[in-house]
Amino acid sequence: MKALVPFLAVVFLVLLVIAGVKAAGLYFLFGVAVPYAAAAIFLLGFVYKVVKWGRTPVPFHIPTTCGQQKSLPWIKPNSIENPSGTGGVIMRMLLEVFLFRSLFKNRKTKIKGDYIAYSWAPWLWLSGMAFHWSFLLIVIRHLRFFFQSVPVPVQALEHLDSILNWGVPALYITDVIFLAAVTYLFLRRVTLAHLKAITLPADYFPLFLLFGIGASGALMRYHLRVDVVGVKELVMGLVSLHPAAVAGIGTIFYIHLFLISTLFAYFPWSKLVHAGGVFLSPTRNLSNNSRVVRHVNPWNYPVKVHTYAEYEDDFREKMKMAGLPVEKE
Amino acid sequence: MAKEKEPKPEELFQSIDYKAPKKFWMDTPAQIRPGMFCWGAKAKSLNTVGFPNARDWNPSEENWKLPDNWQEILIEGLRERLDKYRSLRLFMDICVRCGACADKCHFYIGTGDPKNMPVLRAELMRSVYRKYFTTGGKVLGKLAGARELDLQVLKEWWYYFFQCTECRRCSVFCPYGIDQAEITMAGRELLNLIGLNIEWIMGPAANCYMKGNHLGLEPHTIVNNVEFMLDDIETLTGIRINPSFNRKGAEILFVTPSGDLFADPGTYTCMGYLMLFHELGLDYTWSTYASEGGNFGFFTSNELAKRLNSKIYAEAKRLGVKWILGGECGHMWRVLNQYMDTWNGPADFLEVPKSPITGTVFENAKATKMTHIIEFTADLIKHGKLKLDPSRNDHLNVTFHDSCNTARGMGVFEEPRYVINNICRNFFEMPRETIREQTFCCGSGSGLNAGEDMELRLRGGLARANAVKYVHDKHGVNMLANICAIDRAALTTSMNYWVPGVTVAGVHELLANALVMTGEKPRETDLRGEPLPASEEDVSVSARAVTQAEGETAGGEANV
Ligand code: HEM
Ligand code: SF4
Ligand code: SF4
Repeated sequence: MKALVPFLAVVFLVLLVIAGVKAAGLYFLFGVAVPYAAAAIFLLGFVYKVVKWGRTPVPFHIPTTCGQQKSLPWIKPNSIENPSGTGGVIMRMLLEVFLFRSLFKNRKTKIKGDYIAYSWAPWLWLSGMAFHWSFLLIVIRHLRFFFQSVPVPVQALEHLDSILNWGVPALYITDVIFLAAVTYLFLRRVTLAHLKAITLPADYFPLFLLFGIGASGALMRYHLRVDVVGVKELVMGLVSLHPAAVAGIGTIFYIHLFLISTLFAYFPWSKLVHAGGVFLSPTRNLSNNSRVVRHVNPWNYPVKVHTYAEYEDDFREKMKMAGLPVEKE
Repeated sequence: MAKEKEPKPEELFQSIDYKAPKKFWMDTPAQIRPGMFCWGAKAKSLNTVGFPNARDWNPSEENWKLPDNWQEILIEGLRERLDKYRSLRLFMDICVRCGACADKCHFYIGTGDPKNMPVLRAELMRSVYRKYFTTGGKVLGKLAGARELDLQVLKEWWYYFFQCTECRRCSVFCPYGIDQAEITMAGRELLNLIGLNIEWIMGPAANCYMKGNHLGLEPHTIVNNVEFMLDDIETLTGIRINPSFNRKGAEILFVTPSGDLFADPGTYTCMGYLMLFHELGLDYTWSTYASEGGNFGFFTSNELAKRLNSKIYAEAKRLGVKWILGGECGHMWRVLNQYMDTWNGPADFLEVPKSPITGTVFENAKATKMTHIIEFTADLIKHGKLKLDPSRNDHLNVTFHDSCNTARGMGVFEEPRYVINNICRNFFEMPRETIREQTFCCGSGSGLNAGEDMELRLRGGLARANAVKYVHDKHGVNMLANICAIDRAALTTSMNYWVPGVTVAGVHELLANALVMTGEKPRETDLRGEPLPASEEDVSVSARAVTQAEGETAGGEANV
């Protein structure tokens, strides 16, 4: 049920394009206006979010320490998992962002006889890595449409990605991994009971969207061939700010483009902003040096305290009887 | 929970069911179940610290006696906190519900209750955040995972924010470091705005405010309690110790959780401190005003935590000490490491801590001027300043429990292990997934160590206890060492229930067992009065034999 509404939403988006492009010929709307609008919403929204987080103070110094602290000179600190300086924090963040370090630590908790057992559970990590990396590489490959002459690194990537040399045109490995990973991420949400329980429609929606993007892209490349020259013309028009609607590329392309536009426009307002948020997470991006350098809270304010003088007033006689020194006799 | 109703450990263990419910979690209101919650905070305690809506109330009754505009207060309170804490705002926005944290919480492991999965505990608040603070949530409602803050939701907040010990284990595994402790802390702060704390937290906090410590020990009682310990030490060692209280001009102020002054096994740890400091001839003083290292204010609101914490620096200043030494405690050290200086610093009237015995300057406490006793002691041992006879702990097979806060809010891992390995000869680690940064909470942290929520505590304590059981079964471990006052009390209860035969001690108790004091009489028992393993023979002889066998120098010259 929770998956049905987002699924229908994506189907609806696809039908919308078919109606708009195929039936009504709205090439400018779907080829120019929507992508521009999506890009604008994405950029402004993302900046808005990051600025909003960035402006919110970090009142306390709260790194989650996952290794030995820097204390005595003869005890080896874990400078990455418990960084004491900026270098360590950078390393920690790089490992998080590129290798999903924390996710790699995942263990599954089970009851085995009399014991609680923890078994290695790399699947989430693996599928997460597969999804994000293939996504990134596919995005980079798409840069070929954004330059008059395709940059060399992009060419190299294309070459590597199609190195298996299967079929015509050659199959991209990242396409397979991307679709497989997204499929797996969806399947785990519907098959693992506890995960199903926490999943919201807002978790299914991006997965359907991503699958739609991948599937329409693959269809376009391997099956329903489209006019690639036309695509390049359209995209170059968009990036050079001289947009022009191009007819006759093929509806499947407009489906692909529209789903991507939706993803971008949706991005800042959804959980997908984790891509920016991860960099700002105070449990990860602070070094554990709050005993060495004072961390200042911008909204720190004076509070009412119970002073020693008040305390002594409350207990003076008892203190004297117990032989404790007092300030006032 | 009354004694006769207490389920057998096997029954409790077998009752755990990880099956997910058929219904969506939003459609299953919380059942406030006896044994799983603590009594509501009393009017008296709330009044002492000036908290709102002070009244006596009972969580198991329908009417919680809330102010009419409670909803408005909470929404405004949430808005304020979203603007004050980046952690909260970010953690409301970026969770992808990947589920990595789901089975990492000891309360989920011990109860199987889906709402004890950290991600769902967070969703309890996140759903309300969406409803009032995001466009999607306002427009799409439940479809966007949003819901109104109604009375049922409020009760659910209360029930589950007091089933989280703020242990941060979830944040270790989350790809973005989302820390449910931050959300629980915000949640509890909000609940405090309408008088919904628990007495087990508010009572100690109020005590600490007025009397200087959670237990409400008045100055003369503190002195008396210490006197009792001094008598015991004299019986044990023949040495009479003479510590000072509230003494101006001492070099060091010593602050430890008041639990150490009150009941065993904490008192044994406290005897350990007293014996160690005496042996060193340390120029230090206790304070009856700043007689609490822990901070139950931390479990109510940031503001009250700051108010309670202020006493430590204030007292250090009044007494004119050079630096502060802190005892064994968990959340105390999270506060001292990550909060104290920010709240009540800068401590520019103090000097950077320097061990008067070894000359080591504790650069890692350059700003706060407060050193952890385990750092202090590890440094002493490293410099060979203590005569130690580890054979006196030969009757113990020891394992070490990393406290959540010193583990994930500081990173104290090697210091205690170094000390233990120098004072005991039989040390066994629990499984990797249950120690160090992955350590499990005792199940009773963050002020949940009451009596009425015993089932919650036992369930929450299961993950830790079960790892102890593993080394108990495998290596015959009979001693669970730790550096936390709440652990000493809570783990004792947990062990008695889950792993009978394992006792619990602070590291400095074990240190004092092994510590060879100048002029002491031959020890016949350990600090608890248990006969020493070799006490039929001459302890010093056996110690010397051991020393020769292992080629060490520390314990050998003992009491020759
Ligand atoms: C800085 C970069 C990023 C980091 C460190 C990061 C990290 C993660 C991690 C650790 C997960 C959880 C594992 C998983 O469920 O696969 C995740 C999930 C996800 N990420 Fe990212 N991510 C980043 C950027 C992005 C971007 C640019 C997108 C854009 C499409 C994205 C889309 C998603 C989606 C859809 C999921 C959920 C998968 C699911 O539902 O199971 N991420 N991300
Ligand atoms: S691990 Fe982090 S992102 Fe994943 S469900 Fe838990 S809190 Fe959310
Ligand atoms: S902080 Fe600890 S108790 Fe709270 S949800 Fe996370 S793992 Fe559970």
